[in-house]
Amino acid sequence: MANDVQDTTPYNAESLGDRPQRTKREVPDGLWMRCPKCEAMLYRKAVAENLDVCPECEHHFRMKGWDRVNQLTDPGSFEEHFDNLATVDPLDFKWAGKVYAERIAIEQKKTGINDSILTGVAYIKGRRVALGVMVGEFIMGSMGTVLGEKLARLIELATEQSLPLIVVCISGGARMHEGALSLMQMAKTSAALARYDDAGGLYIAILTDPTTGGTTASFAMLGDITIAEPDAEICFAGARVIANTIKADLPEGFQRSEFLMEKGFIDMIVHRKELRSEIARLIDYCKA
Amino acid sequence: MAKSKKNNDIELGIALPFEAPVARLQSQISELESEQIRTGRDFSTEIRQQRAQYVSMLRKIYQNLTPWETVQVARHPHRPLGRDYIDLLVKNFVELRGDRRFADDKAIFGGFGRIGTEKVMVIGQHKGRDTKEKIAHNFGMAQPEGYRKALRLMKLAEKYKLPVVTFIDTSGAYPGIGSEERGVAEAIARNLLEMSRLKTPIVCVVIGEGGSGGALGIAVGDKVAIMEYAYYSVISPEGCASILWRTAEKASEAADALKLTAPHLQELGVVDEIVLEPLGGAHRNPQEAGHNVEQFIIRNIRALKRFKLENLLDKRYESWRKKGAVLENPPKAKPQSKTIA
Ligand SMILES: [Zn+2]
Repeated sequence: MANDVQDTTPYNAESLGDRPQRTKREVPDGLWMRCPKCEAMLYRKAVAENLDVCPECEHHFRMKGWDRVNQLTDPGSFEEHFDNLATVDPLDFKWAGKVYAERIAIEQKKTGINDSILTGVAYIKGRRVALGVMVGEFIMGSMGTVLGEKLARLIELATEQSLPLIVVCISGGARMHEGALSLMQMAKTSAALARYDDAGGLYIAILTDPTTGGTTASFAMLGDITIAEPDAEICFAGARVIANTIKADLPEGFQRSEFLMEKGFIDMIVHRKELRSEIARLIDYCKA
Repeated sequence: MAKSKKNNDIELGIALPFEAPVARLQSQISELESEQIRTGRDFSTEIRQQRAQYVSMLRKIYQNLTPWETVQVARHPHRPLGRDYIDLLVKNFVELRGDRRFADDKAIFGGFGRIGTEKVMVIGQHKGRDTKEKIAHNFGMAQPEGYRKALRLMKLAEKYKLPVVTFIDTSGAYPGIGSEERGVAEAIARNLLEMSRLKTPIVCVVIGEGGSGGALGIAVGDKVAIMEYAYYSVISPEGCASILWRTAEKASEAADALKLTAPHLQELGVVDEIVLEPLGGAHRNPQEAGHNVEQFIIRNIRALKRFKLENLLDKRYESWRKKGAVLENPPKAKPQSKTIA
């Protein structure tokens, strides 16, 4: 057990296959898709038009990065920053015949995004904000040096311009391909948040399914106000790691949004369609 | 306290396979010595030669440790643990307990103490030596209470302008139900934020295992050192191997790939300094290891105390802000990015 070493990276792109079936193939190709929660067959376009929420049971599907930006911001208002940064592959990381630098190039091409977060300035219901949106489809929203740098710069920009800061989290944790430098991004972003806090900034963290590992143990849990989407998995150690450690079943609903709110770690659970108005309402209370 | 007297190398050698040759040599030397006493014959030349060979063999092994072997040394059953460093270099230690919220987490200890002539707040992780002690200290795997106790003590140190010294040695924060439901992620996150702006010098030493977020939760400081055969990683080699190689058997390859040893970490800018260990690792000579750690702490506390508080905090921010350099390409042309009026 002493060597039963626990990971900050409970889920990675590579480990997703081991996750509960709930998340497996949520979005198969084709015109139709099955809701993993209510099992209804859904017309894909109808789901997309419903903010990626199941029209039958309100299950919140994972959103892609740009879809989230478009959902949250006033049309055409997102001004992207820091999209010119890229990883230097600091460890020259290779594994089992695979090469991290190549993997990154593939991910960048696939998503059209430089790494696992989109950062910029935008308007939400007419309120100007600094916005960070993690990109779940980019190596499972894992946190590496580029995410840390982009987020730190965004926080500094929010500090300089006295903007409210909104960060939407979706993450499998730290990115092990960048080793301890990924870990350091937890402290780097938290340090930037400390200065933002000292300057009186308002930080609203929005936790979506899943928010895990090093992301949770840093900026995701440091909001002045913390919002979660319904039934999102939010944790430090993944359920599988815990079950293996304690050799016991986990309680029903463990590590879901509703559970975390009961335990006192989340202010409110907000339906995706209400997010914009809720953010606007909170900003109005905290900003003159 | 570890067996601080002359350690029995045969016993130590059994713990790590790559130390077997030196253990064999050590037992040969012991045999010669007892033979000399028993028979009265003079083996001093042979003994001297074998001792010299022993030293060079040990040096050679430790100069050529693979990353995976280094991880083994960092987890060596006789390696000095957190509380051992209290005995080795902290005088007049006054332990303070509890987080005032839930419990006293024994995976993390803390209290007032004196290092050299410096009055400090010492905080550290302690794994425990024998089975009973390991269970009592939860194998050095802290729960939220441990991190909150640490923060409570750091705020106390800030109030009385005492420098904070932390000893890091954990495989990670505890992955349990209670730990999660009492918010271990929030506790670690809060420490990262508060340590980055704590108004007193902070010096951190990774003495054994620097296991991911559970280690970082008490390791944000002005100066961070790692001991020569300690390691610091985002994930354990076994965990990384089981995810990327799909088998924990490939831990050795994962340890290589993760660049988790002291020289790599210094090169990457993860740590500021390496504290050298005695020949053959800290477990062979805890006193010398303790002395080296003490020197590092005293030298840095003295230097940090000279800074004006504002400069100290600016320097700390810069040192963390620059961790993880990225490539800066020319900005892209963005026709779509129009700000609405
Ligand atoms: Zn449904």
